[in-house]
Amino acid sequence: MQLRHTMAQTMRTFFYDQGFWEVDSPIRIPSPAPELHIVAEPSGKEFLRTSPELHMKRMLAAGAEAIFQLSPCFRAHENGSRHRPEFMMLEWYRLHADYMTILQDMQTLVAKAFDAINPLISTNTKNKPDAWAAPLDVSTPWAVHTIRDIYLERAGWDPVSNFDPDRFDLDMVNIIEPSLPTDRCSILIDYPVPVAALARRKHDDPRVAERWELYAGGLEIANAFSELIDPKEQRQRFQDTLQRKKEINETVYALDEPFLQALEYGIPPCAGVALGFDRLLMALTGTPYIKDVLPFPHE
Amino acid sequence: MFSASDLRKGLKIEVDGTPYVITEYNFMKPGKGQAIYTCRIKNMIDGSTQVKQYRSNDKVDKPELIEKKLVYSYKDADDYVFMDENFEQIHLSENVLGDQRYFLKEEIEVDVLFHNGQPIGIELPIFVERRIEFTEPGAKGNTATNVMKPATVEGGYELQVPLFVNEGDMIRIDTRTGEYAERVR
Repeated sequence: MQLRHTMAQTMRTFFYDQGFWEVDSPIRIPSPAPELHIVAEPSGKEFLRTSPELHMKRMLAAGAEAIFQLSPCFRAHENGSRHRPEFMMLEWYRLHADYMTILQDMQTLVAKAFDAINPLISTNTKNKPDAWAAPLDVSTPWAVHTIRDIYLERAGWDPVSNFDPDRFDLDMVNIIEPSLPTDRCSILIDYPVPVAALARRKHDDPRVAERWELYAGGLEIANAFSELIDPKEQRQRFQDTLQRKKEINETVYALDEPFLQALEYGIPPCAGVALGFDRLLMALTGTPYIKDVLPFPHE
Repeated sequence: MFSASDLRKGLKIEVDGTPYVITEYNFMKPGKGQAIYTCRIKNMIDGSTQVKQYRSNDKVDKPELIEKKLVYSYKDADDYVFMDENFEQIHLSENVLGDQRYFLKEEIEVDVLFHNGQPIGIELPIFVERRIEFTEPGAKGNTATNVMKPATVEGGYELQVPLFVNEGDMIRIDTRTGEYAERVR
């Protein structure tokens, strides 16, 4: 509890100091963002949100410049030693920024969180020395690997010029993720467009999208985009994803028309990130089990 | 058919016509990717284990398993003959029974597991009682705990027993491990 409080306080202070607004948005929504492998939990005729992303972008369209939200999100069927179907997500967005600006934010925020959490670890964990590994080394610069290079080097193929979704996911879980150091922060960057539903294409290579993921402590911690703001391309990508969801017999949601209208009205270039609050705490305290950082681990 | 999201520890599944039980289970999900379920599975017939991965949209076969209460009747050459409530005889081979064959006694009731009509294993009562047929007398003066000596019980099964157990004693054996549990006398 003390660790969670300290981390939330550190995060809020970081954003308040830079003039971010703390926002809230509906938890029960009619149209979750369509993502092929994320399943929303039904709630009456609507759904529990899988992320506050679409509503936060509508706030940007309405004039907000820098916003953050720390709140629960829900993803059906995701339950394991590192997953809970209900978890805390920190999301933040900036106007006139791209994913590299967000990476700067992330490096500063993780360092601040480390400084706040680290002195508490020994007092909070002295009763269970076995479960806790060495503390995370958060010093910058973090290792940055493009998806193309790391797959070529470690899996022997190029997912950018020749995308194969099944092979991509299996190699990610079996080869790429286990090869990343657990005691350092690593960034995977520039994903093939088919696995970057809401990210903008790169100017100099339209086959890849401006997306990065932060890995630390053997965990995927955060996902960032330079946001896609072209309403036509966004509608097309949503429809393609919903079509594929239909093909694999997943629930298909209605398109979020107010969000697409907001894009048509116009949003300046912007970027944002979603960070798993519980997961960052796991990495900072060196535990592989999400239950170790939850106040009610068995509910 | 199971879908991959039904997988969990202890679930019985069928792979290439063979029944397996999941002994370890791990759920992984690359960012925005599909869920990958990594399972260690144990062959319910020969006990061998292997690791298998399933993706979220994979379908997994459900084995047709039936458990029946049968009564052990007699041994016929290499087969052990059981009887169901209609007095129909069912033969189980020594291979299927393994060490459990030592714990069978006439009229004992066991749960027999069938896969597609073939018997693949039995579940015994947790404890059975057996008389010691042969064991050396315990050496006098050796009172250290946990000192064991070999013994043979009726039916020919050999196990380790504490020094104070003598020939003619009745002991209780844990059939899950095949080890000595306590002396009944």
